[in-house]
Amino acid sequence: MQLTINGQQHTVPDSEGSTPLLWVLRDHLGLVGAKYGCGVAQCGACTVHVNGSPVRSCVTPASAVVGQQVTTIEGLAASVGKTDGRLHALQEAWIEHDVAQCGYCQAGQIMSAAALLKNNPKPTDADIDNALAGNLCRCGTYIRIRKAIHAAAARLNERAAS
Amino acid sequence: MSAAFSADDYINQIMRAAEAQTATSPKTEFNRRGFLKVVGLAGGGLVLAFHVGGQNLAFAQDGIKRTADEKKEFAPNAFLRVSPDGSILIYSKGPEIGQGIKTAFPLIIAEELDADWKQVKVEQAPINPAVYGRQSAGGSRSIPTSWDQLRLAGASARAMLIAAAAQEWRVPVEQIRAENSVVIHTGSGRQLTYGALANKAALQPIPDEKSLRLKDRKEYKLLGSRISGVDNRAIVTGQPLFGIDQTLPGLRYAVFEKCPAVGGKVKSANLAEIKKLPGIVDAFVLEGTGKVAEVMPGVAIIATSTWAAFQAKRALKIVWDESEASKDNWHEWIKQAEALAKQTGPETIFSAGDFTKATADAKVVEAFYRYPFVSHTPLEPQNCTAWFRDGRIELWAPTQNPEAGLAAVASTLGLPQEKITIHQTRVGGGFGRRLINDFMCEAAAIAQKVNAPIKLTWTREDDQLHDFYRVGGFHSFKGGIDKSGKLIAWADHFITFTADGQQPTSGGDLRPDEFPAQVLPHVSLTQTKLPLKTPTGPWRAPRSCSIAFAVQSFIHECAVAAGRDHLEFLLSIMGEPRWLKEGDPYALNTARAISVIKLAAEKAGWGKPLPKGRGLGLAFHFSHAGHFAQVAEVSVDTNKKLRVHKVTVAGDIGPIINLSGAENQVEGCVIDGYSTALGLELDIVNGRIQQTNFDTYPILRIPHTPEVAVHFIQSDFPPTGVGEPALPPVAPAIANAIYNATGYRVRTLPLVREGFTV
Ligand code: FES
Ligand code: FES
Repeated sequence: MQLTINGQQHTVPDSEGSTPLLWVLRDHLGLVGAKYGCGVAQCGACTVHVNGSPVRSCVTPASAVVGQQVTTIEGLAASVGKTDGRLHALQEAWIEHDVAQCGYCQAGQIMSAAALLKNNPKPTDADIDNALAGNLCRCGTYIRIRKAIHAAAARLNERAAS
Repeated sequence: MSAAFSADDYINQIMRAAEAQTATSPKTEFNRRGFLKVVGLAGGGLVLAFHVGGQNLAFAQDGIKRTADEKKEFAPNAFLRVSPDGSILIYSKGPEIGQGIKTAFPLIIAEELDADWKQVKVEQAPINPAVYGRQSAGGSRSIPTSWDQLRLAGASARAMLIAAAAQEWRVPVEQIRAENSVVIHTGSGRQLTYGALANKAALQPIPDEKSLRLKDRKEYKLLGSRISGVDNRAIVTGQPLFGIDQTLPGLRYAVFEKCPAVGGKVKSANLAEIKKLPGIVDAFVLEGTGKVAEVMPGVAIIATSTWAAFQAKRALKIVWDESEASKDNWHEWIKQAEALAKQTGPETIFSAGDFTKATADAKVVEAFYRYPFVSHTPLEPQNCTAWFRDGRIELWAPTQNPEAGLAAVASTLGLPQEKITIHQTRVGGGFGRRLINDFMCEAAAIAQKVNAPIKLTWTREDDQLHDFYRVGGFHSFKGGIDKSGKLIAWADHFITFTADGQQPTSGGDLRPDEFPAQVLPHVSLTQTKLPLKTPTGPWRAPRSCSIAFAVQSFIHECAVAAGRDHLEFLLSIMGEPRWLKEGDPYALNTARAISVIKLAAEKAGWGKPLPKGRGLGLAFHFSHAGHFAQVAEVSVDTNKKLRVHKVTVAGDIGPIINLSGAENQVEGCVIDGYSTALGLELDIVNGRIQQTNFDTYPILRIPHTPEVAVHFIQSDFPPTGVGEPALPPVAPAIANAIYNATGYRVRTLPLVREGFTV
């Protein structure tokens, strides 16, 4: 089975077809940015993009993404053309706003936010609430998550305008 | 009553160890415990000269491996080293559980070192309490117990750098100052970087601790500003920081199934069937040590991937011997407590004056409060990687308490501590859960039986089923109000739990000095203890996290009964500004209390006109050396649909180390406090927790997040922690606001039990 993850081809044994993408990423491919939090699509810690849309990798069988473009937090910056250590605007905003507490949920939060901004460059608080309602943060960093998304959106819009 | 499954003794030991470092007057409280351990130039790379009170006393290893190049560096103590290229590496000694200590600790060192923060790299220190002192995160004590130690570590290194420059320039040290990793000769303006001085500095004599001048607050450049967390970049790019991210060559993946009712033993299991499943390497029964803080009986499965292990775990069929297992039942306890509510408790916790006489001709208010058991539910489930070989074990553990973990693993395996190495990983949420290291002990016990490194991962369900829960409780209150409307008498029959038939279970003790007992003339605190087997433990702001809801709500009830404004009533209870135990940071200081209460009220617009269905609610609580007051603004519609609009927080924890981190902690405390008060309750049926994942245990989500305004009073008291004390006032502030909005008094948590929705 061939999987395309962050633009790279990976060969995974066919026997792993029913294994959730999350565990293929973490145990087989060593990409541990997507996290295990619940295993039942309740917490969003495992969020990755499939063809640009956010999916919960803990309930997505690996076989379902054959031939699709999978992006994880490790490849997010590159997916928007940021290479050589440069970051996605959301990642920059997350650092500047010091969003994380324990940090465990944050990869999933950022992936959900990135999918939101792609379709909605100027989200309102309500848009953010809708797009991120599936991402739990046990530490309660929601206030900063909202701020960071607004800040990243503003920066992206500025860049687009200039 | 058997206490077999209680971790109380173990937890008490941990808590006592933490409190022993901080329990007395601020002089010993914030003193320089067992410090200062400074290196001469470490010839062998691993040898450190211990320096305590100005003398070289002993030698020890800090456990850090150094290359030949690194040995040329200036490594004045186990906390930092300066390389000739100017980069500075600071070791953060304590566990990072989301409380920001991995940034705060190095900031304190960097401030006294006058380091350029941009050149500072931070790494987690090895576990070696002999070198680093306390290596545990709990009780909001990381900052108070390490404040002086870290400041001295930075200041001594700065003194050695300055001494090196003085030698180089042949000028007195008094003419040299340091700034941003550069030393400057005041007269001539000559400069040398720390990097350029690193070699020379390493040859300087170790400064006498008493000769070091620590900075005055006015001189701070880093402390008190907003600094972004040192791991932020690694977090947002998905680097392998956490325990669950660890991997090793040839790693095997383990799961461990225990009886869902604590204390059950394995009678039989379909091991042969399990071993035939795809990807399964082995399956075996572990008898365990019978201690819930170590290893309870269960079945371990070893697999070639986490998923294979999870799948096999589902296929497990275990017959449990539940003869000694928990049969606890939450709803039975509620009935028992309600039946006891009218009486006073058989045991007296505290009494003052004469409650009966004082209330003979007073107005008496009565109410019965209840709050549930809750779990910690950190987002990263318990896990630990362990490798047992050649009679030694190495562990990679997301623990809050590696110090205690070392002892627990030693006890589990019967191995001397020298044969155990613990690597601290970042921790995906602590909240008190990871003070207890059962997951480490399990990983160790499994690893001992497997000829490969193993990573034990708990499922979310495991994590919910095998916690050390925040204990539920009940308060039957009476308040006496005299003719002038003054609260003169207070009685609380506290109905709690005991695991050993003697002491209240961990987190379930009402202390004799619980507010407002110490400030009222007539007080009667009594208790009844119901037997339980469900393990309990410290949960973010232990005791306070639950008791404050009952106490601060009932104070509001008394204010209403007295016909007085809640703010004015609360301030009048505080009375004269005074420190109830002069010099003890863990004793209430009513002056600080009054300041934060007034500030929260003022910032929230206390008394402002509000539309119907909208209300402000006030609460105060003192815990973990932090004085915190909060005002919640809520609206409630006729269908009991609740919206918490804003929570205004005023707190006094002394000077702030990292403003960004401190504000983040307060925001987190408010959201955690609201989340728990709103919807979280564990039902225990026949010893089994019923809420095993987020669908039934609904942690608050982003759409319901209130605005949080944080105001610190940065008093001159020594700094104390902020991970906990901002949490307790949240629930009562919201409950009191609901009353002010609707006239409905919340006496049961969670709010959903009272019919509220969001
Ligand atoms: S782990 Fe996938 S949603 Fe929780
Ligand atoms: S930062 Fe800890 S779960 Fe979100």
